[in-house]
Amino acid sequence: MKSLGNTRRSFAPWTDPDATPFITFRNVTKTFGDFTAVDNLTLDIYHREFFALLGASGCGKSTLLRMLAGFEKPTSGEIILDGQNIAGIPPYRRPVNMMFQSYALFPHMTVESNIGFGLRQDGMPKSQIAERVAQMLKLVKLEQFAKRKPHQLSGGQRQRVALARSLAKRPKVLLLDEPLGALDKKLREETQFELMDLQQELGLTFVVVTHDQEEAMTMADRIAVMSHGEVIQVATPAEIYEAPNSRFVADFIGDVNILEGKVTASGNGRVELAGADGLTIRAASGEIPANGVSTGFAIRPEKLRVDRAAPADPGVNAVEGEVWDIGYLGDMTVFHIRLANGKVLKASMLNARREVEDPIVYDEKVWVSFDETAGVVLRD
Amino acid sequence: MRNLGSALFSRLVIIVPYVWLLFFFLVPFFIVFRISLSTMAIAQPPYVPVFGFADGLSGFIGKLGELHFDNFLWLTEDALYINAYLSSLWIAGVSTILALLIGYPVAYGMAKAPRALRPTLLMLVILPFWTSFLIRVYAWIAILKPEGLLNQFLMGIGVINDPLIIINTNWALYIGIVYSYLPFMVLPIYSTLEKLDHSLIEAAQDLGAPPVSAFWKITFPLSVPGVVAGCMLVFIPAVGEFVIPDLLGGSQTLMIGKTLWNEFNANRDWPVSAAVATILLLILVVPIVFFQNAQAKAEEKGR
Repeated sequence: MKSLGNTRRSFAPWTDPDATPFITFRNVTKTFGDFTAVDNLTLDIYHREFFALLGASGCGKSTLLRMLAGFEKPTSGEIILDGQNIAGIPPYRRPVNMMFQSYALFPHMTVESNIGFGLRQDGMPKSQIAERVAQMLKLVKLEQFAKRKPHQLSGGQRQRVALARSLAKRPKVLLLDEPLGALDKKLREETQFELMDLQQELGLTFVVVTHDQEEAMTMADRIAVMSHGEVIQVATPAEIYEAPNSRFVADFIGDVNILEGKVTASGNGRVELAGADGLTIRAASGEIPANGVSTGFAIRPEKLRVDRAAPADPGVNAVEGEVWDIGYLGDMTVFHIRLANGKVLKASMLNARREVEDPIVYDEKVWVSFDETAGVVLRD
Repeated sequence: MRNLGSALFSRLVIIVPYVWLLFFFLVPFFIVFRISLSTMAIAQPPYVPVFGFADGLSGFIGKLGELHFDNFLWLTEDALYINAYLSSLWIAGVSTILALLIGYPVAYGMAKAPRALRPTLLMLVILPFWTSFLIRVYAWIAILKPEGLLNQFLMGIGVINDPLIIINTNWALYIGIVYSYLPFMVLPIYSTLEKLDHSLIEAAQDLGAPPVSAFWKITFPLSVPGVVAGCMLVFIPAVGEFVIPDLLGGSQTLMIGKTLWNEFNANRDWPVSAAVATILLLILVVPIVFFQNAQAKAEEKGR
């Protein structure tokens, strides 16, 4: 398979058919009354993977995490962790620790005793606890705050205490529930990279729940995009972005233009669509539906070219439109281009040069074009 | 101008509780204290005031030298008073512990009950207040007396052959005090438990604490403010309790409230009973002030 985008490292156990998953959800269903939070879900997570569950609120991602922690029991199906069915094991006996969204730091304990809580529960000797706590404080760079109480710390510091506390017992799996949700943007970006480094360094399996696609894209090895209790797509961030399998995923992650069309010919890995927007689409990637099927073609704004001159083959992978809006963002410029039928396409162009002679302006007639491999044909 | 007005308003608001305290605590206390310094007399009222408004300020200062604390000294001379104080503190202490042992589980159960059910449970706790306190205590006589409901029931099911003698013993006294003051224990504990963030318990369990351990390490320490408030609300009025020992307790039951009532009504010795009341107040107020200071300091330190 051709690589999509840059992969962070050559770590891809999910492509190896002989690899044993570390965590397996098998046909897991969880209902609350007549509400189905998780619907017959099957999912594999591998050892040392940084796995993200991504979706809007209420999609079942938190329920999945809470089932892994042991706070919820699956209504049916099984959850296997490291070869063991953990359905009947209470949370306090699972080799799994969780970092809570609210951090859930014990307000009556110092930073030190918060971090050492799990170790004391395990009956670890005092000297070893002190050693491990010191190590954890160093890891999250909070050595000088050991004697403080949680309410004497800033939000970012609390987040690190929560992280240190959940890592202190060296769990097999660390669960993170919206770990960066309460931080401001700058701190969030910094912390993302810190979490990634930490996960690499400790060689742990991280399962993170987030509604922030950027966060998931940055940190995760693989992302499961969820909706209404089901996993829509599980793939690497690059695959999710460049090869979404459905309208939902294409639309959920990043900006996208979806052109409608009907399949007129296909073969040799290529599909030709009679577009509804006044063009013929020739695509060499994505699904290959049967002739006559109506489907969508998803293409990202940065993969569209905007030009005054008509392309060599106008009408094929190219369409004329009118500049409707121009958004200058500094590093790039976003054009909203209105087609003859009223549909507006988004195209973004990198501002690689500081000065442009004769830039494209409002109301100008322009051609929007793209390559055969620039977009993907969707399943529906 | 508006700022000045709001500053004035906020000052007025702060003044209100102080004014309340002045008129309904300090002034009455001063009157009682004045009586405690006087001597008994066959008169109406039955004491000779040591000083009055007629003396003016110079007369008041002149009389300060003549003040005598005979009534207070008298309390130390007769073992009755010291025994009554100690016995009251003991009875109130035991009752407070019993109320805590019963009240905490009740409050915990209420806080863990489904959210929709909680207002109803709260209502049930408050419901007894809708009936007169005195009537409820009388009702206990009907329940506890030898031919009362409890004995009839126990004999009816064959647990006992002869009626238990509960009424007019310390047992009845404890039952009465715990019953009467239980809501004051339950409500503050419930309010702290209800506010407790459930994710803290989950975090404790996640870190390896079984439910019982999580309770003692997280829930209980965090509910201590409610426990302290509840204990004070039960202990303080129980020390000075008069109605319950009088109606349910026996002749051997010694409580300072009853002693005070005897001095005041049976002996018509207002000065001594005023001295008894003054000392009772000191016994209760001084430790509480110390305790609250210590707590405020601890909180300051923690901040």
